[in-house]
Amino acid sequence: MSEALLETRGLHVHFAARHGAVARAVDGVDLSIRRGEVLALVGESGCGKTTLARTLLGLERPAEGEVRFEGEPLRYGARFLRDYRSKVQIVFQDPTGALNPRQTVYEVVAEGLRVQGQSDDEEESLISQALSRAGLRPPERFFHLYPYELSGGQRQRVVIAGAMVLGPSLLVADEPVSSLDASVRGEILSLMLRLVREEGVTILVVTHDLGLAWNIADRIAVMYLGRIVEEGTTEELLSEARHPYTRALLSVVPEHEEMEQQILVGEAPDPTRIPPGCRFHPRCPLVASQEAERLGILERCNGEDVVLREVAPRQFAACHALPG
Amino acid sequence: MSAPLLSVRDLHVTYSSGAGPVPAVRGVSFDLAQGESLGLAGESGCGKSTIAGALLRVLPRGTEITGEVLVNGEDVLTMKPGRLRAVRWRELSIVFQGALHSLNPVQRMGDQIGEAIELHFRGTDPRPRVAELLELVGLPARRAGDFPHQLSGGQRQRVLIALALACNPNLLVADEPTTALDVMVQAQVLELLERLQRELGLAMIFITHDLSTLSSVCRRTLVMYAGRVIEEGESTEVFSRPAHPYAAALAAAFPTIGDPASRLNPSGLAGDPPDPRAMPSGCPFHPRCAVAEPRCSTTEVELWPAGNGRRAACVRVLDGRIA
Repeated sequence: MSEALLETRGLHVHFAARHGAVARAVDGVDLSIRRGEVLALVGESGCGKTTLARTLLGLERPAEGEVRFEGEPLRYGARFLRDYRSKVQIVFQDPTGALNPRQTVYEVVAEGLRVQGQSDDEEESLISQALSRAGLRPPERFFHLYPYELSGGQRQRVVIAGAMVLGPSLLVADEPVSSLDASVRGEILSLMLRLVREEGVTILVVTHDLGLAWNIADRIAVMYLGRIVEEGTTEELLSEARHPYTRALLSVVPEHEEMEQQILVGEAPDPTRIPPGCRFHPRCPLVASQEAERLGILERCNGEDVVLREVAPRQFAACHALPG
Repeated sequence: MSAPLLSVRDLHVTYSSGAGPVPAVRGVSFDLAQGESLGLAGESGCGKSTIAGALLRVLPRGTEITGEVLVNGEDVLTMKPGRLRAVRWRELSIVFQGALHSLNPVQRMGDQIGEAIELHFRGTDPRPRVAELLELVGLPARRAGDFPHQLSGGQRQRVLIALALACNPNLLVADEPTTALDVMVQAQVLELLERLQRELGLAMIFITHDLSTLSSVCRRTLVMYAGRVIEEGESTEVFSRPAHPYAAALAAAFPTIGDPASRLNPSGLAGDPPDPRAMPSGCPFHPRCAVAEPRCSTTEVELWPAGNGRRAACVRVLDGRIA
């Protein structure tokens, strides 16, 4: 695909865990983020989505596979990474934690520029522009304020301004609204959509919130225990989820009452002990309800790994119960 | 219906601060019967958590509380300390927001729960009750020997619910019990709370900013803004057909998946809630309201019937034109 801005090929990221075990946080991911789209990476905590995002930013090094930005493989030298960070920026979950309480808004936004060695005479105008693009207007009014003088929504706008000041082509947003009030949530999501539409920014949003994906994402990739288990356009994936894990996630969204709730037992499965066969089988409703046995696939669920394949036009899923 | 378990009458709570008094709750009344569930919704600073604190008188010293909080007809606000101690835990119990971090990290779970039981029922061996409570919230009794760090977020939330139930209260107040949790774990905790309510005949007050959660858990919901209730009614009605423009904005913040109106069109509410020390004139919501009229800056409306058992505080409801 020519229009991929960022892609991963056979990406594996490992961490050393206790007692010599290895946590396979990202365990074979091929993902492609297209220029100008909003891609939502969805999954429970512990599924590896944040590790994957950090690897895309060059903050973690893959054990295997590679990350390619504009077709070029990522390198891990200091100079390359500094240059890379002017093109790919992150917005963290909790703006209060991300901001230094002793820095004014101006200093927060200036930091990226100074690290990149941008000239001083342009600094003030770049900061003004970034703040006003993030919806903090008039920008001069915010220059000398400290984080405690701002509301939660304004703080997240400052974080976004700090990320946007360098003119990045990709923003990675990790749960950008989960710590914000309901009323502020839509404001920040609208701002993100405006950045895509008006400035041509590409966004990868990491979230556990399918409603957020419905609000802003063009495509969704669902991650479970280090792998993408389903991928497709937002409309198709949310109106007809194919993978039983995606279906369970959808069924517990409170607004989704027409679906029968499938509350999976347990939480955050352990990446040091990825089950054999389909990694989802120990929690899979198809296995629990003996549907898998009726379909005659139970043995494969228990013993045969399953990879993403096209199960409907433009929709990909990794499940033995699906055709393809 | 029997006499209400809890009856809150014209509750006002004013915090004292260096910059003068801060009115956080400004005249809230509601009733709750045994076994009933009530949602309190609104954004940060609307006074919903302050109400939880006022029910048990656990607010900072110097806070002025007026009105009545009647538990089985007895006013919590005028109780003597000894009586208040008995009512806390045995009648009303709270799972506080952010309480996931409030467990003592160097004390075993069973001992933390046991302590509450021993304080209220002197001379009893708390261990059988601790085991029973853990199983009630869906944890194996052997987890009593675990320390908090050995439990996941969802399991700790279960322990906190067990702790709140230690002395068999009639009313459980849960302040944002699922906010810090993952989707699937949220669903597990909500399912647990619903089951407890059903099996124990517990009355429950559920506080959150997420109206969509309330619509599936609580029968009735109160929506608060700037220290007042601005809409009340059946949760599903309030969520799907809100009458007050603020309730409508709050409901729209969490989209319905599949609804074309919200697709690539997130809905928010500009501006911030008013500073309680400088409340706007008239309706406190008018500076942020998309359908405000000139008279809204001079008229503050009381709750008024809005059809289907609902009441809302908006001039449009008063006129019979529901927002």
